[in-house]
Amino acid sequence: MEEQANSHDRSEAPRPRNRRMWHGVPLERVIGFFLFLCAAVSVLTTIGIVAVLVWEAAQFFGEISFFDFITGTKWTPLFASKHFGVLALVAGTVQTAIGAMIVALPLGLLSAIFMSEYAPNRIRGLVKPVLEVLAGIPTIVYGFFALLFITPLLRDVSGGISVFNGLSASIVMGIMILPMVSSLSEDAMRAVPRSLREGAYALGATKLEVSTQVVIPAALSGIVASFILAMSRAIGETMIVTIAAGQNPNFTLNPLVPIETMTAFIVQVSQGDSPTGTLEFKTIFAVALTLFVFTLFMNLLSQYIVARFREAYE
Amino acid sequence: MLQADPILQTKDLSVYYGANRVVTEVSLDVLRNRITAIIGPSGTGKSTLLRCFNRMNDLIPTFHLSGEVLFEGNNLYEPTVDATDIRYQIGMVFQRPNPFPKSIFDNVAFGPRINGYNGNLADLVEWSLQRAAIWDEVKDRLKSSALSLSGGQQQRLCIARTLAVEPTVILMDEPCSSLDPIATLAIEELMRELSEEYSIVIVTHNMQQAARVSNYTAFLMAEGDRVGQLVEFGESRQIFTNPQDERTEAYITGRFG
Repeated sequence: MEEQANSHDRSEAPRPRNRRMWHGVPLERVIGFFLFLCAAVSVLTTIGIVAVLVWEAAQFFGEISFFDFITGTKWTPLFASKHFGVLALVAGTVQTAIGAMIVALPLGLLSAIFMSEYAPNRIRGLVKPVLEVLAGIPTIVYGFFALLFITPLLRDVSGGISVFNGLSASIVMGIMILPMVSSLSEDAMRAVPRSLREGAYALGATKLEVSTQVVIPAALSGIVASFILAMSRAIGETMIVTIAAGQNPNFTLNPLVPIETMTAFIVQVSQGDSPTGTLEFKTIFAVALTLFVFTLFMNLLSQYIVARFREAYE
Repeated sequence: MLQADPILQTKDLSVYYGANRVVTEVSLDVLRNRITAIIGPSGTGKSTLLRCFNRMNDLIPTFHLSGEVLFEGNNLYEPTVDATDIRYQIGMVFQRPNPFPKSIFDNVAFGPRINGYNGNLADLVEWSLQRAAIWDEVKDRLKSSALSLSGGQQQRLCIARTLAVEPTVILMDEPCSSLDPIATLAIEELMRELSEEYSIVIVTHNMQQAARVSNYTAFLMAEGDRVGQLVEFGESRQIFTNPQDERTEAYITGRFG
């Protein structure tokens, strides 16, 4: 092609561009395809995981009634008398996740307000990186921090608290997801244009009024998104709850007794000696699918809320 | 010189951002119920000077000043003065319309609400929108978002929002610079009406606008390190027809700036 073009008289034909080729294909197209493959890896992985979950869980539900699974409150798949009531595990997950949010939401939002609206640049430059270091601590460290530091502290306050309990795990998990809430909320708040703040200040608003009545409503979609991301993280968190909350699938919302979350159960079975292909083994896929449905729901909810309550300011 | 009833005065006012002086030794009287225009080339401290009158510059960490800014004879920068009290009495309209991403009603009601207004809010909102000459255009959609309005309507809404806290002075920082000529005329018309009850200070790049709407004009410029110095101040008619300073004449005839 190039030779042909070159053989033409230059005044008649457009000057041929010297495009870079790769084995006869334009290089740009090769690059585009390569990048597509990279993007496809994550999509295919997701599809693969979901397919495996559904396949294995389907086999599980071939043996165990789906209705009993989602309505039962007794979870004893590893015992001689087997019960498969996943609600016992769901209760553990819900309890610890909500407990973590009770810690992380107010603290995270308030520190976001502090960093975005109140802190002088110098202080903010110190606080923000330190908060983000929290996000880098391995969760196993948090787990032991909960079991060996927070739990004894709680037991000093009240002797009635078990060694393994949801409360300790909730508190530490709250601390773990705190930087996620504060950092993402702060980003959303700082993205609110200065002109909106000035408009409010010019009407005699105080810093608190500007923060709560102008900045937070305008940044609401980002703030809510940060809450939901943090919630998903708490639902999926494994190490802290496995170490600190126990492995007793009690159907209870009492934070002072041992419980077991969905993730902790999966750890328990994966570590144990249930042979591949047995019913015990298949339970982890059913539980994992339940967990997946939870986080998927949270992600969809977050997308809906962001679309619905967006106070767009541009 | 000027028949005196100044509502705002600056005395030897110099403003600094860090080590940079951006307003230099300005002494200026803003008269009650008059429109005072501040003109001058870009970067000569016009907006900074304007923002001293409602202490908006306080929001910039490196800001400091020397000299005095008096409002009704009281120094605005006394340590005992609360900036939010000042801004409640001295309103401001900005260069670009900046309505809150809330409903039209809530935009106007915002100021009265935070300042603890306990009269009839709906009446006050209507009155403010009427004073800002936008009531007829929005009365049927007070609940829709302020961002659904055109630029000129948004700016009049911002003026209504300012009026709703019942200030005595309105500062306007190039209020028409992002508007088309028709919207600009509507705002200028409005300024003339408002000047019967309010004292208005307007910063503008547009000399025709200053000549059209203002009673008094202050001309700021930069010479060497004397940034933001007041070259000439007087009745607009005189400034634009018979300037006393040759630098003013050079500027208004378009020879620089």
